[in-house]
Amino acid sequence: MSILVFVEIAEGQIKKTSLEAVAYAHAMGGPVTAIALGAADQSALTSLGKYGAQKVLHAADEKLNKEVIQAYASVLTKALQDEGADILVLASSSLGTPVAARVATKIGASLATNVTELPDTTAGFVVKRSIYTGKAFAKVTLSNTKKVIALKKNAAEAKEVGSDVAVTPYSVTLSDADFATKILSSEKATGEVLLPEANIVVSGGRGMKGAEHWGILEELAKTLHAATGCSKPVSDMGWRPHHEHVGQTGVKVAPQLYIAVGISGAIQHLAGVNSSKYIVVINKDADAPFFKAADYGIVGDAFDVVPKLTEALKAAK
Amino acid sequence: MKILVCITHVPDTTSKINFTDNNTKFDPTGVQFIIGPYDDYALARAIEIKEANAGTTVTVLNVGTADTEPTIRKALAIGADDAIRINAEPTDSFFVASQIAEHAKSAGGYDLILMGRESIDYNSGVVHGIVGEILGLPSISPVMKLDIEGTTAKLAREIEGGKEYVEVSLPFVAGCQEPIAEWKIPNMRGIMSARTKPLKVVEPKAVDSGVKLQKFELPPPKGAVKMISADNVAELVTLLKNEAKVL
Ligand SMILES: Cc1cc2nc3c(=O)[nH]c(=O)nc-3n(C[C@H](O)[C@H](O)[C@H](O)COP(=O)(O)OP(=O)(O)OC[C@H]3O[C@@H](n4cnc5c(N)ncnc54)[C@H](O)[C@@H]3O)c2cc1C
Repeated sequence: MSILVFVEIAEGQIKKTSLEAVAYAHAMGGPVTAIALGAADQSALTSLGKYGAQKVLHAADEKLNKEVIQAYASVLTKALQDEGADILVLASSSLGTPVAARVATKIGASLATNVTELPDTTAGFVVKRSIYTGKAFAKVTLSNTKKVIALKKNAAEAKEVGSDVAVTPYSVTLSDADFATKILSSEKATGEVLLPEANIVVSGGRGMKGAEHWGILEELAKTLHAATGCSKPVSDMGWRPHHEHVGQTGVKVAPQLYIAVGISGAIQHLAGVNSSKYIVVINKDADAPFFKAADYGIVGDAFDVVPKLTEALKAAK
Repeated sequence: MKILVCITHVPDTTSKINFTDNNTKFDPTGVQFIIGPYDDYALARAIEIKEANAGTTVTVLNVGTADTEPTIRKALAIGADDAIRINAEPTDSFFVASQIAEHAKSAGGYDLILMGRESIDYNSGVVHGIVGEILGLPSISPVMKLDIEGTTAKLAREIEGGKEYVEVSLPFVAGCQEPIAEWKIPNMRGIMSARTKPLKVVEPKAVDSGVKLQKFELPPPKGAVKMISADNVAELVTLLKNEAKVL
């Protein structure tokens, strides 16, 4: 039972959630073939061997530098055939999830997204997935021989289990129909920690009182190598870009540490952060509902506490 | 133009989630059901397009049992022209997507098939992709902006850390999210006229998706919060380092 893993590239490097996908496939028992599409750093690709890939394919066709969902789905479908793989593992993301949908339909696979754990194969093939925006889980049996499994962050730990492998170029024939959607341009923050990938998130709410006050949160985030997030009203008011909006209707994060500053803790916000390992809440109102969902809390003024926290972190380094 | 908007009937975002029957069924006791928030954005944009383009019709579709009819009537009150209910429990993404695709094929002629980026119950985020694949149409999600110029659409799609601008010819399938449009609240006239708008009930097509629910689970309860004085933030750093071990 060979497993194909689609790895995503961000700024030339393999995304952390994709390394987790390789580790997941390895833990399932492999053998694991990883495939990357579009421009990628060759040393990053060879290092996939360390995380459990026996073979690494690279489809470097420059048409694939743009992440066109239909084209990606066609290439992965062909690669599954060529490798004789019945299972595709990938990370749930704004690219991985729609690609998973199309590949599963093409090959007649059982499909599960937001999978949080390794499969239980004691009776059939059962995976656990996150539902109700993190408020519950469902255990589902995937009964078709072919399976597409899209993982939620932290479904497996990316750890080194092997050594570098050589990269095999993978040539593809692309049709015009695969490029029916034309990507005209994109705007992407560079050099920043991506919010869905981050180990630590520093998030600000309406209590920050204005876009001009984000400097103290950015400083804290920089000290922690963290990504910055925000509540919905903050992105609605344009204080922060939409892709930083965390919650029910925004990004669902799953960091080791989530630091919430001046956010009240409305249930819709909590829905996006309840997969965090630890939550710190800084709020001037001792009755803010967020404290009930927190591990550590400080009642205080953000403009006083945040700079002090940044200093204390720097001092502790 | 003919627009199909697919809506889910889901627990209100403030709902507490509970299960019954040995954790195999969702417990609707005390739960209020709404149009999925993402679907509501799709519907709002569809109505805006209809208002700007004479002769446009908006059909809403829901895969659900008779319990979902108040939610469908709300979509009609917001401004959809007619509705289809595929009479089945929406058990799984592939099942639901197959019903939508079947309707689109038999009704024919939809220029746009809109829905939310994901439902807020199962959060799969794949129905638009599956519908697109079955119908051989492009699928784009999550869409933050959608403008139609003749037979071409210009869209903004959210990507991690930013957005990308996309052009595509009609017809296509889109999964929508904010800020594509503002949620619309039905007015009195809308509510009155919704009562008499056509709502057609169709029996589902048999589909085996190869996915079967075994059991639901709730996350373990959260422990108590440790409070730290604002005058002693160094203690927080120590706890994060030595107790939580996250630094
Ligand atoms: C369908 C639906 C979906 C939604 N989806 C989301 C979502 O995805 N994400 C989301 O975030 N919200 C969402 N919301 C909105 C949500 O209900 C809340 O309105 C929102 O989360 C509140 O944002 P906030 O905490 O920043 O603001 P507020 O609730 O106004 O809270 C501000 C907090 O800052 C504190 N504060 C003020 N000044 C200071 C200071 N100087 N120092 C420290 N603390 C201070 C206050 O005590 C208060 O607790 C949704 C709502 C609905 C109906």
